[in-house]
Amino acid sequence: MADASTKGVLTTPLFKNNPIALQVLGICSALAVTTSMSVSLVMTLAVIFVCAFSNLFVSLIRHHIPSSIRIIVQMTIIASLVIVVDQVLRAFAYEMSQQLSVFVGLIITNCIIMGRAEGFAMQNGPKMSFIDGIGNGIGYGFILMAVGFFRELFGSGSVFGVTILQPVQDGGWYVPNGLMLLPPSAFFIIGLIIWVIRSFYPEQIEENEFQMKHNTEPKEAV
Amino acid sequence: MAQSNNSIKKILTVAFALCIVCSVVVSTAAVALRPMQQLNQELDRKANVLRVANLYESGMDIEAAFGEITPRVVNLETGEYSDSHDADTFDGFAVRRDPAQSRSLSGEPDPAGLSRVEQYATVYLVGDSEDPEQIILPIRGQGLWGLMRGFLAVEGDGNTIVGITYFEHSETPGLGAEVNNPRWQSQWEGKRIFDSEGALNPAIRVARGSGSGDHEVDGLSGATLTANGVTNMLQFWLSPEGFGEYLAGFRSSVDPEDAQDADVELEAEGA
Repeated sequence: MADASTKGVLTTPLFKNNPIALQVLGICSALAVTTSMSVSLVMTLAVIFVCAFSNLFVSLIRHHIPSSIRIIVQMTIIASLVIVVDQVLRAFAYEMSQQLSVFVGLIITNCIIMGRAEGFAMQNGPKMSFIDGIGNGIGYGFILMAVGFFRELFGSGSVFGVTILQPVQDGGWYVPNGLMLLPPSAFFIIGLIIWVIRSFYPEQIEENEFQMKHNTEPKEAV
Repeated sequence: MAQSNNSIKKILTVAFALCIVCSVVVSTAAVALRPMQQLNQELDRKANVLRVANLYESGMDIEAAFGEITPRVVNLETGEYSDSHDADTFDGFAVRRDPAQSRSLSGEPDPAGLSRVEQYATVYLVGDSEDPEQIILPIRGQGLWGLMRGFLAVEGDGNTIVGITYFEHSETPGLGAEVNNPRWQSQWEGKRIFDSEGALNPAIRVARGSGSGDHEVDGLSGATLTANGVTNMLQFWLSPEGFGEYLAGFRSSVDPEDAQDADVELEAEGA
């Protein structure tokens, strides 16, 4: 998967090695913050920022991190960045931070960031790690925005708060799909996105770990 | 290199240096951004006052709209307005633990789990401050996970609810946090606090399951304890322990025959 060029590092996480679609990481927040596109966008920017800078800092000090406490060191860096993001959001985008509530703080536990710090930044130089962080953030954000688009469009009839399908409550014709506002709908949409991506990149399809047994044929009881 | 990295000295040095750097970064961010955050909280509080009064529209100038609202400080014991505090800056919540300005609830009924309650509270009057269209009361009490703070808007008759909203709570997202779901909040409109003219104790409550009648709203499924918290804090703040005396002044003053004597009666009731 290691594509050494800058462009490769930036673009592979989009489709070829998408953190959500292929690695299936960071699903929890993808379910929680995708009810509207504006919230998804802020979350995306926050994750790109945290992922890029945690990769950068981890990579900068990677030769000095004792392997016995490396996870804690990475965690501390990530947590500090997340707190900074949270504070900035509260100062400059108060309503958005209210909507995101705990999920900004939960970026700390987002496996994508931890995974990139451990898997990429510990072995690569600062510049590449930074770009890798941005790439993975965008890959995560791409799925988030796609899911957010469908959920907001079919759940509230709008995109970025602009009404596209006039809902019935406001005198329109569109009956909003309540399921779309609930987290499970994101599962379906992510599943469909994974399906689409894998039909373009068949090499992503995993081999069956188990062979399904055939149903036993019912026999007539004589 | 790897060997020396794992020496105890190196581990401690790295851990210590990292902690120092990270804590400096975090505390710098927190301290530098605090004034803006407080400004935002103040705006948010005002927006919540407007929201509970159904006066809020997104994108409006909050400061300008807030100009129509008069804050007044109420003495909770007598139910009368007090001029001993500046209503623009007084915050009953901030002095709730100050022995000089609050009283202990130990040994007394304390359904909202407050333990101490302040003597003065700020209310917000919409429209004419002598004969307000709406009275907005601050309420607070324990929910499931912690203190919930919010506003209750009551019509000028001191009995009909306009709305309820919470601006600070730590209830479970998706369950208890549904107290701020507009659909749930909309049921409160038109409900009545007291069931009879002379009653001092409120009848309003959150039902288990679906509510019926003038004094019940639907429960929150999966959040019974939060809903109980809402009921309890309303029972407390609308009783004579809270704003009961104050609201009683409005309830008697809406009687059409006595409308002209409203002010006199308000004082008489409050005393």
